[in-house]
Amino acid sequence: MLTYQFDWSVVTSGKYFEWLVSGFMVTLKLSVVGIILAFIVGLLIAVMRMSHFRPVRWFALAYLEFFRNTPLLVQIFFWYFGSYKILPQAVNDWLNSTNFEFAAAVIALTIYTSAFIAEDIRSGVLSIPKEQMEAARSAGFSYLRSMQYIILPQAVRITVPPLVNQFLNLAKNSSLAMTIGVMELTYQARQVESYTFKGFEAFTAATIVYLVLSTSITALVHLYDKRVLNPSRAV
Amino acid sequence: MIQFAGVHKWFNQLHVLNDINLRITPGEVLVVCGPSGSGKSTLIRTINQLEPIDKGKLVVDGMDLLDKKTDINKLRAEIGFVFQQFNLYPHLSVLGNITLAPLKIRKMPKKEAEEQAMTLLARVGLAEKRDAYPSQLSGGQQQRVAIARALAMKPKIMLFDEPTSALDPEMIGEVLAVMQGLAGTGITMVVVTHEMGFAREVAHRVAFMDHGVVLEEAKPEEFFRNPQHERAQQFLKQLLSPMH
Ligand SMILES: Nc1ncnc2c1ncn2[C@@H]1O[C@H](COP(=O)(O)OP(=O)(O)O)[C@@H](O)[C@H]1O
Ligand SMILES: [Mg+2]
Repeated sequence: MLTYQFDWSVVTSGKYFEWLVSGFMVTLKLSVVGIILAFIVGLLIAVMRMSHFRPVRWFALAYLEFFRNTPLLVQIFFWYFGSYKILPQAVNDWLNSTNFEFAAAVIALTIYTSAFIAEDIRSGVLSIPKEQMEAARSAGFSYLRSMQYIILPQAVRITVPPLVNQFLNLAKNSSLAMTIGVMELTYQARQVESYTFKGFEAFTAATIVYLVLSTSITALVHLYDKRVLNPSRAV
Repeated sequence: MIQFAGVHKWFNQLHVLNDINLRITPGEVLVVCGPSGSGKSTLIRTINQLEPIDKGKLVVDGMDLLDKKTDINKLRAEIGFVFQQFNLYPHLSVLGNITLAPLKIRKMPKKEAEEQAMTLLARVGLAEKRDAYPSQLSGGQQQRVAIARALAMKPKIMLFDEPTSALDPEMIGEVLAVMQGLAGTGITMVVVTHEMGFAREVAHRVAFMDHGVVLEEAKPEEFFRNPQHERAQQFLKQLLSPMH
């Protein structure tokens, strides 16, 4: 071990650097697509969870319990190895013609994270005074429109801190996609290690990139919060 | 225009509305008063079905509220409701509060909705607050914005549930003045309030409630000069000498 020669050039230039960059681009894509979809699905599930229509509420409840209480890795394997067994041939053909690993990873990350986001948003909704719903209904908005224009915008604003956590979890969890062959950052760092035996450098580089990614997500959400969601605080 | 016939409502065991029979004609200003807990809020909230009734008949603007075919959202869009606690949308600016329903429900073009909002804001004396947020306004200003927000839907009926009760005394006048400006414009107004000066000057009729019953209905001058029921006499005496 003492004879280990550090060689940072492996990860700062050349072919292996390019591998890491391409890995980062895939991680970034997984994270951004996953965050957007998980947020939208999370909103929908949160609203369904509070629906006055029992079957809808039960579906949402089952969804939440199921996806929050099973390991993400199992869910990733399920979508990758299991789902095509129950899908029609035509859908499978189409999936195979696309980047199926990527799609399976996005689906798993989206669904898993959306369950947590839905619960965070729901507790945000519950903390909005009931008079807001009354004001909205009095104006003539339907229940769903009241949610859309009056309740959810307020709930999301106060849910920003837990939402940032869920977004960060998604970005970090995206590294599990390597297990089904998605060539994201961790996968590429592993590749660099096996070709060069420079494991320390490769994973240090990956660690730094994850840190920068997480910090950027946090900063972006907080900027959006200040500029768009809560301009009144800035006035 | 608004007609209650034998209306009853219960909250579990509590008989909160007991055989209400009231007729409110178009353009009329009705003040509802009575002790706390007598059912005034519940009564006014049945008119736009924030509280559904259990028994009887309630017809508002030609629509039967017990008829399942009645489109309640459509009816509510024709009725402005002003709350004791204002209930402005805190995430929207003053302009956003006033234009939201016209934009989304009436599908009014943005420019028209904003022009209308500015006209209304000028009318309630708050044109310079268009970009402020509710949290930056005093209670009296918030309530005037809430009135402008309700008026933006061009309602035929305006309901006020103790609109000045949450206000500091020095702000009550500015809100009452706006309401007084509305009376006599053809809009039907039902106002729950303890502001007897307002009732005397603005109301066409006063209804006195106690324990879920409308005990008395009279012209303001009659009601104040010569209340019929003992409960009403007591109520007025307490109101006029709050120190007892
Ligand atoms: N949602 C509710 N559930 C149960 N009881 C209620 C509810 N709302 C009001 N009440 C009760 O009904 C009675 C009348 O209330 P309310 O109409 O608010 O009276 P007021 O506005 O005249 O003070 C009170 O005793 C009150 O506690
Ligand atoms: Mg009340």
